[in-house]
Amino acid sequence: MFPTPIERTSRAWQLTYRMLLPAALIMWLLPLIAVAIFSIKPAADFTTGNYWGWPSAFEGFTNYGKVFFESDMPRYLLNSVFITLPTVAGAVILSSMTGFALGIYRFRANILIFFMFVAGNFVPFQILMVPVRDLTLQLGLYNTITGLVLFHVAFQTGFCTLFMRNFIRALPFELIEAARVEGVNEFRIFWFVVLPLMKPAIAALAVLIFTFIWNDYFWAVVLTQGVETQPVTAGITSFNAQYRAAYHLMSAGSIIAALPPVLMFFLMQRHFIAGLTLGAVK
Amino acid sequence: MSRTDMPLIGRQSSWLRRNQIALAPWLFLTPVVLFFLFYVIFPIFQSFNVSLYEWDGLGPRKYVGFRNYEYLYWEFVDRDAFFVSLKNNVLWLVLYLLAIPAGLLIALFLNQTVAGIRLYKSLFFFPFVISQVVVGLVFTWFYDPTFGLLNSLLGVFGLGPVNVLGDENLVTYGIVLAGLWPQTAYCMILYLTGLNAVDPEQIEAGRLDGAKGVRMLWYVIVPQLRPATFIAFVVTIIGALRSFDFIAVMTQGGPFGSSRVLAFYMFEVALSEYGFRMGYGAAIAVTLFAIMVVFIAYFLWSMYREERGY
Repeated sequence: MFPTPIERTSRAWQLTYRMLLPAALIMWLLPLIAVAIFSIKPAADFTTGNYWGWPSAFEGFTNYGKVFFESDMPRYLLNSVFITLPTVAGAVILSSMTGFALGIYRFRANILIFFMFVAGNFVPFQILMVPVRDLTLQLGLYNTITGLVLFHVAFQTGFCTLFMRNFIRALPFELIEAARVEGVNEFRIFWFVVLPLMKPAIAALAVLIFTFIWNDYFWAVVLTQGVETQPVTAGITSFNAQYRAAYHLMSAGSIIAALPPVLMFFLMQRHFIAGLTLGAVK
Repeated sequence: MSRTDMPLIGRQSSWLRRNQIALAPWLFLTPVVLFFLFYVIFPIFQSFNVSLYEWDGLGPRKYVGFRNYEYLYWEFVDRDAFFVSLKNNVLWLVLYLLAIPAGLLIALFLNQTVAGIRLYKSLFFFPFVISQVVVGLVFTWFYDPTFGLLNSLLGVFGLGPVNVLGDENLVTYGIVLAGLWPQTAYCMILYLTGLNAVDPEQIEAGRLDGAKGVRMLWYVIVPQLRPATFIAFVVTIIGALRSFDFIAVMTQGGPFGSSRVLAFYMFEVALSEYGFRMGYGAAIAVTLFAIMVVFIAYFLWSMYREERGY
């Protein structure tokens, strides 16, 4: 293990290390801690200039209650859910098909198609913006959740295919050959042999895509507008315009907007990290 | 194998059976490939096409040849918005790469087995999970000249106040720093996973040869972290060139357009109150694409060599 395990070092360094850890963490999360403190302060603290002193009262419930009951925030959160969940399902289903096809079969166009998906995934959003917006308008899906979901599914399929295909490549191929010798047809092989083995990959992609889509801002502004359809990332900016200078409310709103992916991450940490490293770093 | 196994099946179905291994991938692929082509691949070419027109997104298009690019060229020569955006893109690209060594440093710091270290690792990774919009807001308040934490801290040392986001010379650095926060967390997690896989025997061998500290890191550890480093490069470069959310949230390209990058400038031209100049926006997007293609080609080339087992 590198660096030298702490148990094998001097007593003095061990103690220093244990003190450094929390100190470094607080430094690292300082901007976030600041926002968390803001979100429980009463409005009065901001008018009296008590920004960084001890909160004069704990108003956490009032602030978060306001965000939940007196603003459009719940609606934006709901929109985000309706955008994110179908996208996760769609991208995972489509990419398990492409991943299977590209991971198992040898044919000439295989690597070409694979690289098309990979390359598409790296492309800057802006080069797609005008045509995709136009396409969505022509389909009559501009400013609908469906329109946004369709694009997200298509785009995320690129990344998911990369991941699924590499995952399937690493499975023992003998399993598939054995099934073929038994006369099992290819669709049953997909459904009964490969798909059950893909569960970890599916879990990893699901949490990862959830985070990506929940946090998307660009496509939300390009393809939707208004409280009926926009997700919470876009909603938070209108929320802030509504509560200009009400820093306690803006902080509470931001924390709520950021929370779902955070929960997802803490619940499914191992899968999340497996997804982020693209399965390439074991 | 399949031909002799199933002699009693009708003609058509036996043709299907015999060729099912050749057909199956296409049945799985065709719908998805078409979908992907329509939403991702064709739009790339359509953008090239749109960039040759003058178009407000609704009315008739007017073919103008390469005039949009000509305007961009003049903007570049006159050190106008396009020049500023391009310059800032380079700045983003260079500074964003700092996330890689910074991530490695934090990973080395956290690669221990003391009690509670798992929680520490997750909390250090935390910024990456938060949406860039919220990170942008958090840093906007952090930099605020009247109540921001940064200036409160500087005040303790008798310095400041500095209006980071209001200063033409500082603003891009301020935004990049906000961007580096989650990106460093990402690189850290890549390296933590990589460090787990480092061969302990090689470390022992290195120790026996008297390698220590930085020398050990450079000659024994870093070479073994190559896969992690590669991915860190890919995601950091792509992330740097895609920077949009931070700028949109923190400064809207200001002050006086000094924090624009191509991704934001394109959006501004094509889809904001400045007017709907789709053709001109597309020309900016094509330029950004041209820059990214260099990197994408290199990544694909590396992956291709890996595939072929070189």
